[in-house]
Amino acid sequence: MIEAKDIHKTFSENYVLRGISAKFMEGKCNLIIGGSGSGKTTLLKCMVGLHEPEQGSVIYDGRDFTRMNFDARIEIRKEIGMLFQSSALFDSMTVEENIMFPLNMFTNQKTKEKRERANFCLNRVNLEGKNNLYPAELSGGMKKRVGIARAISMQPKYLFVDEPNSGLDPKTAIVIDELIQELTDEFNTTTVVVTHDMNSVMGIGDNIIFLHQGEKWWEGSNKEIAHSDNKELNEFVFASKFMEAAKEKL
Amino acid sequence: MIFHPLGKYILLLKSVFRKPEKWNIYRKEIFKETSYIGIGSIGIISIISIFLGAVTTVQTAFQLVSDLIPKSVIGSIVRDSSILELSPTISAIVLAGKVGSSVASQIGTMRVTEQIDALEIMGINSPGFLILPKIIGAVVTIPLLVIISISLCIFGGYLAGTLSGAVTTQDFILGLTSDFIPFTFTVSMVKSVIFAFIITTVSAYQGFYTEGGSLEVGISSTRAVVISCISILFADYVIAQLLL
Repeated sequence: MIEAKDIHKTFSENYVLRGISAKFMEGKCNLIIGGSGSGKTTLLKCMVGLHEPEQGSVIYDGRDFTRMNFDARIEIRKEIGMLFQSSALFDSMTVEENIMFPLNMFTNQKTKEKRERANFCLNRVNLEGKNNLYPAELSGGMKKRVGIARAISMQPKYLFVDEPNSGLDPKTAIVIDELIQELTDEFNTTTVVVTHDMNSVMGIGDNIIFLHQGEKWWEGSNKEIAHSDNKELNEFVFASKFMEAAKEKL
Repeated sequence: MIFHPLGKYILLLKSVFRKPEKWNIYRKEIFKETSYIGIGSIGIISIISIFLGAVTTVQTAFQLVSDLIPKSVIGSIVRDSSILELSPTISAIVLAGKVGSSVASQIGTMRVTEQIDALEIMGINSPGFLILPKIIGAVVTIPLLVIISISLCIFGGYLAGTLSGAVTTQDFILGLTSDFIPFTFTVSMVKSVIFAFIITTVSAYQGFYTEGGSLEVGISSTRAVVISCISILFADYVIAQLLL
């Protein structure tokens, strides 16, 4: 389990996170949702150490990540996989080299073993045979899938996903959502997904945290979201007429 | 105003020299950078060096109006100015444009496309992985490029002098070989190592702290070249003052 305790973060005197506390359940898809500028990505980056919170702590299975030095953090980071909004694949490396990169850095496996692992990860995201392509030769959806394959190459305990559906068509977005859910169930990872895609919320939200103006306003599951009386949450989730109509059926 | 970026620069250097995660991965990167900086820059360094030597010879000959000064002085002036100033400093300024802008834009693009974040999430010391191979590559190859530059600068001077009739081969070689102070070569090598360090670290710093998008990458790249050039000239003066 990952626990965020009283996280505060400012950028140039702008308060982005105002004392957020949340628990992210093991083996579940935990979603952080909220409007643009609500602090979702900042919270995610504070949790993985890309931003340092001014106050508060992030605890990975009893280990206080925020109080650790660089070397101690490396041990936890080896247990973390992350898919970035832009996929963040290394441009100068092929798909296979991207996936093998963490293995090259942190394991003493032979090249054959690493290649087998890369092939396994590629098969898992339905991209078999694309080993020698460069990121520039891939579509947006394929880049996301390679990003996921790289994220799972070290068999992470914790999987962080930032806006997995941004820039994707609805069909591909559903494929990515399903893949995230499958991987979470298959490897029992603690998955944290930042999204504002309502299909994701309804599809894979085991545990949902709603942020508004840098504060946590609501927490619950996708089954509870339709019946919430939280005004800001309802305005966010049922902003479109389509979702409002869908609410009647829920 | 200058202290904040200077402090960030020093902290970045501290991270750069942290123990590498795996030396064999770094070794591959060092070879790649050595090849890019060294072999990739031989052409431009050769061309500018030949012309620098030629211009020095022609302009020195133009100023030697007195018959009391022997023509062999041209050879001495071309030799000393090539070794002490033209080859190390002008080469470094040209390399600040070629290598520095490339380093800043490469690292800056990695920053804005979250590739550096991806490295950090994996537990990799991103400053070390991205910048250390570039520093080693530059510190090894730029002095070698300066040696090539010195040779070609003198050769260019010789060609221009003899072809224009400004100086005979005998006079030029006499000037070249007389009163040579080997320490000038040491100064030249010290300069080239320090300039190599400045080019890579200043440019890497500009790229590493890029914020925004492609426009900011361009700004970082330009700033990297400008600050590298000014730093090179400042270091040039300090080294000359201290060593000569």
